[in-house]
Amino acid sequence: MSLAMARPDEAARSAAVRRFALADGLFRGLTRAAALLVLVILGGVVVSLVEGSWQALSTFGLGFLATETWNPVTEKFGALAPIYGTLVTAAIAMVIAVPLGIGIAIFLTELCPRPLRRPIGIAVELLAGIPSIIYGIWGLFVFAPFLQRHIQPAIIAATKGIPGLGQLFAGPPYGIGMLTAALILAIMVLPFIASITRDVFETVPAMLKESAFGIGCTTWEVISKVVLPYTRVGVVGGVMLGLGRALGETMAVTFVIGNAHRIAPSLFAPGTTISATIANEFTEAVGDVYTSSLIALGLVLFVITFIVLAAARSMLLRLERRAGG
Amino acid sequence: MAYATRRLRNLVMMTLCVVSAAIGLGWLLLILGALLYEGFSGLSVAVFTQMTPPPGEAGGLLNAILGSLLMTGIAVVVGTPIGVLAATYMAEYGRHARLTQVVRFINDILLSAPSIIVGLFVYELLVRRMGHFSAIAGAVALAVIVIPVVLRTTEDMLLLVPNALREAGTAIGAPRWIVIRSVAYRAARAGMITGVLLAVARVSGETAPLLFTALSNQFWSTDLNAPMASLPVTIFQFALSPYEDWQALAWTGALIITVAVLTLSILARTLGGRREGR
Repeated sequence: MSLAMARPDEAARSAAVRRFALADGLFRGLTRAAALLVLVILGGVVVSLVEGSWQALSTFGLGFLATETWNPVTEKFGALAPIYGTLVTAAIAMVIAVPLGIGIAIFLTELCPRPLRRPIGIAVELLAGIPSIIYGIWGLFVFAPFLQRHIQPAIIAATKGIPGLGQLFAGPPYGIGMLTAALILAIMVLPFIASITRDVFETVPAMLKESAFGIGCTTWEVISKVVLPYTRVGVVGGVMLGLGRALGETMAVTFVIGNAHRIAPSLFAPGTTISATIANEFTEAVGDVYTSSLIALGLVLFVITFIVLAAARSMLLRLERRAGG
Repeated sequence: MAYATRRLRNLVMMTLCVVSAAIGLGWLLLILGALLYEGFSGLSVAVFTQMTPPPGEAGGLLNAILGSLLMTGIAVVVGTPIGVLAATYMAEYGRHARLTQVVRFINDILLSAPSIIVGLFVYELLVRRMGHFSAIAGAVALAVIVIPVVLRTTEDMLLLVPNALREAGTAIGAPRWIVIRSVAYRAARAGMITGVLLAVARVSGETAPLLFTALSNQFWSTDLNAPMASLPVTIFQFALSPYEDWQALAWTGALIITVAVLTLSILARTLGGRREGR
């Protein structure tokens, strides 16, 4: 290095120091610019979504959010059906995936024989990384036909005439539809929720659990009275991260939801979600209002997921701080 | 509560946990099984040597595979330096700066934001201005997804490098950037490579951001300024088509992607695991 070679001569020394300071300043500026770029990207996302949806929002006003009509021919667009579909499919998916995910996490931390723990844990984590299009294609070719042939007719027959349930499961068994999409979403976020919950469960100090076992608690009592209260914030944060994924998921849903812009009381009816609508219609959208309405849908999705993800992250952050402090 | 009731309740709940694990894992295995079965039955040399066919003719997925490789490659080459540099600021120069906290929070949100939003963003940013779909736009959309993944893992890894190493570097007179380059980066190298591999795994299965940026292309094309086929988008189109040979190709494509993604994740995991084990 040149510094080592330099003679103890003041001029050369200060030149080297200046050179180093300059290079360091440059590198520092470069890294700072990269960090700022992350903020610029998020800003760019917001600006471009607002800009792109301006035409639709100024044409339809806030009524855009409360209108069910979606008619490309008369150019009347409302977001109510996709918003409804997004919220309902994500909600059903969470109702199924959260208990199953927590069950898997309990199984992995408390019940699983030790030699199997790591392999099963790793398998769950690997499954969390499988692209969503795989779940979509399986849903379309395997799961939907199976539901159509074997499950849906039975449910329709069983609930017929029962007030409430009868309407919820009415109509012909298409196979595809809201419920199918929700089930695919559930299986997709399941490994994600399971692996986060397991990580959170592992932050419980062994001594807390051992003290509970020591005074004679059963495993379930240790989990429900010690582990879950201790990790509540983290579990909720993990669940909300999963919810964020379920809300914004595109490919797993687009294949099986049926893309129908209406709000049907039956869960077997085809519906649509925000992301499925955008994926299905964007490249075929003719006219500025149509395109702009689709981007406005994207803006709505972004706002919803931003709120959910921000809440999730601040919860997980709170847990991290507690673990560190 | 009587002891017997508590034992019974425990037994019931624990059984439910085992059952949920069996259902969850069994369901996932079912999906992988179907994928292997359907995917392998369509696998042949032609898949890797021929172009995507018109309906009713034999063909392969060569142009889609190459399009995916090309766009993923560009995205990683563009996104990795940005992610690494930003993480360097956050873990080295600005460790206690306010900006770091803000960027970390925003980055975490970008990390899990719906990828279709990224597609819309790049559509507005590039496609609308250029007036046509292009592979460049697709690669930029993927790069936007690469950045948060690389940033997050690199920052985590740099924060794990002991400060004593940095202090030793500074003590022998090395300026900060040399310490970062030849001490911090070197110590965190395995973890940083893991991050890049994870980013590639994440990006190679992404469909939504490519739908209206790179679009697709039925033919061989290396023109970055023109629409380009990619494996996920081709799977999407072929699976939803009414033609059986297209659907079979979609299954095979899905198998290729899954194998690639799993291989990358396992590779990343072994690299990361070796570092931990040391």
